[in-house]
Amino acid sequence: MVARKLAITGGRVIDPAQGIDRIADVLISNGKIDEVTSGSTGSTPDGYEHIDASGKIVSPGFVDLHTHLRDPGQEWKETIVTGTRAAAFGGFTTISAMPNTDPVQDSAAVVDDVVRRSAAEGLIRVLPIGAISIGQKGKQLAPMGELADSGVIGFSDDGNSVDDANLMRQALSYSAELGLPIINHAEDKKIGAGGVMSAGTVATRLGLVGVPAEAETAMVARDLHLADLTKARLHIPHISTVGSLVALRTAKESGVDVTAEVTPHHLTLSDEWVYGLKGEVPTTIGSEAYDTDTKVNPPLRSRDDVEAVIDALSEGLIDIIATDHAPHAATDKVCTYNEAAHGINVLETAFSSVFQLVDTGKISAVRLIESLTAGPAAILCKDLGSLKKGFSADVVVIDPGSKWIVNPEQFESKSVNSPLAGVELTGRVVTTIYQGETVFDLSDVVASAGAKQ
Amino acid sequence: MTNPTTTVGNKPAGESSNGSCEEMLVAPRQHLLDLDDLSAAEINDLLDSADGMLEISSRDNRKTPALRGKTIITMFFENSTRTRVSFEQAGKILGADVINVTASASSVSKGESLLNTVKTLQAMQIDALVVRHPHSGAPYFIANHTDASVVNAGDGTHAHPTQSLLDLFTVRNHIGDMTGKKIAIVGDVLYSRVARSNILAFQKMGAEVTVSCPNTLIPDEWSLGLTLGDETGFGGLKLARNVDEAVDSADVVMALRIQQERQDAGHLPSLREYADRWGINAQRMALANDGALLMHPGPMNEGVEISSEVAHGAQSVVEEQVRNGVAVRMAVLYTLCAPGKSSRIGNSESTSGDEA
Repeated sequence: MVARKLAITGGRVIDPAQGIDRIADVLISNGKIDEVTSGSTGSTPDGYEHIDASGKIVSPGFVDLHTHLRDPGQEWKETIVTGTRAAAFGGFTTISAMPNTDPVQDSAAVVDDVVRRSAAEGLIRVLPIGAISIGQKGKQLAPMGELADSGVIGFSDDGNSVDDANLMRQALSYSAELGLPIINHAEDKKIGAGGVMSAGTVATRLGLVGVPAEAETAMVARDLHLADLTKARLHIPHISTVGSLVALRTAKESGVDVTAEVTPHHLTLSDEWVYGLKGEVPTTIGSEAYDTDTKVNPPLRSRDDVEAVIDALSEGLIDIIATDHAPHAATDKVCTYNEAAHGINVLETAFSSVFQLVDTGKISAVRLIESLTAGPAAILCKDLGSLKKGFSADVVVIDPGSKWIVNPEQFESKSVNSPLAGVELTGRVVTTIYQGETVFDLSDVVASAGAKQ
Repeated sequence: MTNPTTTVGNKPAGESSNGSCEEMLVAPRQHLLDLDDLSAAEINDLLDSADGMLEISSRDNRKTPALRGKTIITMFFENSTRTRVSFEQAGKILGADVINVTASASSVSKGESLLNTVKTLQAMQIDALVVRHPHSGAPYFIANHTDASVVNAGDGTHAHPTQSLLDLFTVRNHIGDMTGKKIAIVGDVLYSRVARSNILAFQKMGAEVTVSCPNTLIPDEWSLGLTLGDETGFGGLKLARNVDEAVDSADVVMALRIQQERQDAGHLPSLREYADRWGINAQRMALANDGALLMHPGPMNEGVEISSEVAHGAQSVVEEQVRNGVAVRMAVLYTLCAPGKSSRIGNSESTSGDEA
């Protein structure tokens, strides 16, 4: 790293890993954190570049445990280059690449390729996730030891839940020795066969086949029991139902080694968004209905589920927020709801969308930032997600009052599949610093957008 | 979908000398996607129009020039006999050119997307697209990507508005005002677009609708024995505990087709058990009011949801439903496509969502 020296002064520094929430300066040199001062001096030390963060929040760079980069194999949807740019624009300095690439990340060769190209082409840090089974087919375990040696941070077959309970048991048991979590998409696909959205009133009105919440809950319960049996680490991705939370609480209370994540969309959007009116419930179904940008797996749930995951995140039952950033090309979404691909483009709206929960008093700013920084870093067991001295200088500056209207056409991501298009959000990442270097600055973006006109 | 509330009078061409077709007062609209956005008055206007159309379709020479020069495409992504032929016949009687496209014999079978299929047809200057599609919401998607009028001829498990209109038309012709009349719908409520559209349609006309079916064929959030609240979108719908309770004192009994797939997917032990416990037969029809109508949208599985005896018995109006279907679809096509109307609204905005 270059010997840049940078002082970010006068902001409200929130670093949950150190219990810091105060007005202070963050001093950076050689790509590392030097110090979070005890208070803000209001002046910049000699020889330091300066970012004035007064009125802003200064946080460790966000860490995402669940990102789809689509590279290799589906580069028309996203690449390591565009995906890491989108991440930086959203305040993320570390992301974790899901293995559902083509070829699947089920061998050291593929993982090494992703790691090498991420280091060369990526704007921020990319950590690989390995497959649980060969080809994510749920039949035979992938070479988990070899994958661990290549640096994977956990194992997942992504959208392919491990249906075979015995294979899941063996995967957990084998990974226990490696110390890495199994991340199993929990969905009993037989219960919700043919379903394209969450079962309930909205699905019934729209005539769409619904997936009951129990399709998730049943497999979450199974996985928790198997984690207990094997004494292995289980990480539950995109948890979304009241029933899953009941099972999670019981398991945590009995000492099962389990963590759970929730996505920004399951925290903020209900199944009523499928009506296409940004959450409004219409009296008659209009041509805006069947909004394919709301199609995601697990599906957007009922309002009761949304309230429950917010409360669970706030109290810490759910450990972290993860994006499940899932870019898709227009052809995958400009079609009928049945035909549409599952997935939402999340990285660039993640923070702003969940910051609504702070504005409405449903969660504290400190807990929210913890769930994006110290929380995921703890699951990774890595020196990330904090402004401790000597840590990589990964920092975001947030303007909590900045209002903006989501326009996916301006995303850095290659894809535009966001149900938040046209929605006004408050609170925005304005600067992202990775290893001491500024990788995103909103004023540059605004300036360059102005220059284009 | 936006519809101005103003109404315009329209008279089918070729009708003035006869005088049998009353002046219609129908709100201008571009599409017919479901009946949920039509008022009872609008529905009655359409049915009034169908009265005149029935007279035309019953003539020896049943050709009129009302839609001469208009092009209607029927685009069926599912197999159908009666609905497709009914629309074709309706369009042709009105003098329109009707072109039939079926998915299996089109570029859809080569993998062309629905969007590109619609854009291709649109480029050929068409006036109306009559769409049947296995995916709920497909006609709404198409309506967002074409300037033509879109008529939903059945989408997935969502809606089948022209079936409902012809059912309303048939019932109105027999019993007039439907206020307070009991309509019993027996069959696959979970997967039936006919059930959904008819529940909304008959309720709009003031009738009381009761459904009966196995508990496996209603949405999970409903329960047998309940009357649904407004938050469900089907407020007032009664869910009978058994078929006899539904049919008891009914003015109309409607049996719905039960599909073999429901047995295969585990919704039913067997079609035999369904016939025994939910099939409409003479014994069950005897529970209904005297003179009650027996309806079925077709195609019938005689001996399963309906016994042959009652299917072809005195109370059956099944063939009348088919005949009325042509008249009702004439009324729909005329309302959407009649020349000189200022009702081609929303064209300029309908393409704006066309990002592709």
